[in-house]
Amino acid sequence: MIPLSLLLFYIAVFTGGFFIVKRFFAGPKNDFTALKTVTFGDESAVVPARSASVISIVTLFVMWGAFTGSNLLPSFLHVSGPFIGDARFTYTLESPDGTRDDADVLVRVFPFGTEVEEPTIEPGSGFAKNDAVSVSQGRSVTILFDKNDAVTRKEGARIVAVDGKPIPAEGPLEIDAGSITMTGKGALRFAPPLGLQMEPIWLPPPEYVVTRVMETAQDGFRNFTLWEHLGYSLFRVIVGFALGALVGIPLGYAMGLSNWFRGWFDPIVEFMRPIPPLALIPLIIIWFGIGEKGKIILLFLASLWIMAIAARAGVSGVRISKVYAAYSLGASKWQILRHVIIPNSLPDIFTGARVAMGVCWGTVVASELVAAEVGAGMMIIVASKFQQTDIVIMGIILIGIIGFGIDVLMRWAERVLVPWKGKG
Amino acid sequence: MSELKIDNLSMRFDLPNGSSVQALKDVSLTLQSGELMSVLGPSGCGKTTLLNILAGFLAPTEGQVLLNGQKVTGPDAHRGMVFQQGALFEWMSVRDNVSFGPRMAGKAPSDYAEEVDHLLDIVGLKDFKEKAIYELSGGMQQRVALARCLANHPDVILMDEPLGALDALTREKMQSLVLKLWKETGKTIILITHSVEEALLLGERLLVMAPRPGRIHKEYRLPFADAGVGADLREVKKNPEYTQKREEILSMIWDMEEEIMGRTEAAQ
Ligand SMILES: Nc1ncnc2c1ncn2[C@@H]1O[C@H](COP(=O)(O)OP(=O)(O)OP(=O)(O)O)[C@@H](O)[C@H]1O
Ligand SMILES: [Mg+2]
Repeated sequence: MIPLSLLLFYIAVFTGGFFIVKRFFAGPKNDFTALKTVTFGDESAVVPARSASVISIVTLFVMWGAFTGSNLLPSFLHVSGPFIGDARFTYTLESPDGTRDDADVLVRVFPFGTEVEEPTIEPGSGFAKNDAVSVSQGRSVTILFDKNDAVTRKEGARIVAVDGKPIPAEGPLEIDAGSITMTGKGALRFAPPLGLQMEPIWLPPPEYVVTRVMETAQDGFRNFTLWEHLGYSLFRVIVGFALGALVGIPLGYAMGLSNWFRGWFDPIVEFMRPIPPLALIPLIIIWFGIGEKGKIILLFLASLWIMAIAARAGVSGVRISKVYAAYSLGASKWQILRHVIIPNSLPDIFTGARVAMGVCWGTVVASELVAAEVGAGMMIIVASKFQQTDIVIMGIILIGIIGFGIDVLMRWAERVLVPWKGKG
Repeated sequence: MSELKIDNLSMRFDLPNGSSVQALKDVSLTLQSGELMSVLGPSGCGKTTLLNILAGFLAPTEGQVLLNGQKVTGPDAHRGMVFQQGALFEWMSVRDNVSFGPRMAGKAPSDYAEEVDHLLDIVGLKDFKEKAIYELSGGMQQRVALARCLANHPDVILMDEPLGALDALTREKMQSLVLKLWKETGKTIILITHSVEEALLLGERLLVMAPRPGRIHKEYRLPFADAGVGADLREVKKNPEYTQKREEILSMIWDMEEEIMGRTEAAQ
């Protein structure tokens, strides 16, 4: 029910945003893209609507805030939270001789972690006396109703109804104030309504995560500051990738230029390439332990094959007419390698480098999840063991941002360094 | 006086499935320095193969090519090639493309800079010297290719459908340019084309090739190239002799195409 209404809400914002932006903000389109029937299917004619991106992100954060009772949102946007305040209900007690009497119960539900004044209530008349208890929000409480009653459970008294409704043998009875279950020994267990909000232990509100970023940035986590955790991961990726490129690119060139090299390394490269680097982690740990050496060797292996294959493709992909042209302009073999084959392979190498960096980043985090003393992956796996969900979420977000940043950087470098890519 | 002698060339391609294609058979021909020859023929008759052998990219199965009495054994700077498209180095500027030959020969910039500039002026790319190749139109790119070839001072210029990818108007301008450069530089030029009109206009000599096996079918000596230098090519096309030659060659090629079709149908 909740997932469904969430989905409906999400679709409503998606569609509503579209019509509102279209109606009020988009100027009239007179250029060719207005003729979408002509350009339909032309990928280059589709550009992301920035307003949609903004609304999309804001919607996600609003949903996050609403379900966690975030302070960043006005409270009317919150979904119902756990009940706080005084809950009341009435139980009907039947004594062994068949007579019945009603008594009131007052449950004071207080906010998590606060002191509360214990509630009191007049005992009232009859053999069933009124009770008062207190409980922290989101928790349930067992009410030993007969402590003050004239007839107790030991003497054969039992509760037959709450708020006038009989209690089912199994499962809770839903009443206005919350839900009631009968314990095995005949006592009442009362749970105030939980509401729809998530407890911070499952999903902390955004501001908790922000606070946590600042805290870990200052005080650190497990002997290392936040920046050290992230920095170590990044350092491993950069060193591992650099080594992989340093070996992989010349290897790829050799494979693209020499039959012997091609024949020798083809089986190795083709075999190693489809193995997910994660599958190598156990062996790497056995051989090199969980320290820096093992991590860097793993990332070296993760990028090596990708870079070798990219360089090989770059060399094999050179148009033969370019090589011919260079020959008949008097260039030697080495000059052709230096001035034709290598520059011609750069776009492929950049594509490979982008893929390799992405794979390395994923691999380093995963390998730190398995075993590490410091690193982004280690931070979130340790935090998850202690239910520090805010750190876990903070870590995931930062890992995502860094991964995205790496890709943006690589694309930028590609644009600047190989502007002729795809224009041959 | 340089002389290009093609001596009994044959070329057979052995296919992986065991069969073979006779792409050229007993082709003999001599070109004098400064001659401009166009080559016509139905698709697959071995024109590109012939040119690749002349350039030295392919070794013939029989026969030889002699340039100034020296046997051609591989590609070198004596025979420049202009490809249909895609043979420019897009990681270099227009200027660096044109100066590629002299640079590879280890010449100092002072030795070639002036000439490269001059060549770019001639082909009408004065304002595009520092531009990247991919910023140029197809016609401009072919002019760069032409200038790059000339900057290297080859004895013979080989062109494989150099204007094939251009629109009609650009193509006509380029034809005039080729004629102009031919007269000014006095180079020996061999130009492959699919256009009968182009072959007539640009060919001082015109070679018609026939397929299966690729061989010389007929050769013409024509006055139109000389007439076309510095003149309006459309005027040249009004010449009755031109029209008559065009019809003759067109029907010759049609006959060849029909023969091929007939043969493939009979084979099925
Ligand atoms: N590398 C090769 N391997 C096998 N066969 C080849 C090869 N190159 C050319 N051929 C064959 O040789 C014949 C001549 O080819 P070529 O490319 O010289 O023809 P062409 O006259 O240039 O044709 P077009 O006008 O279509 O360019 C064709 O039958 C072709 O299939
Ligand atoms: Mg051809």
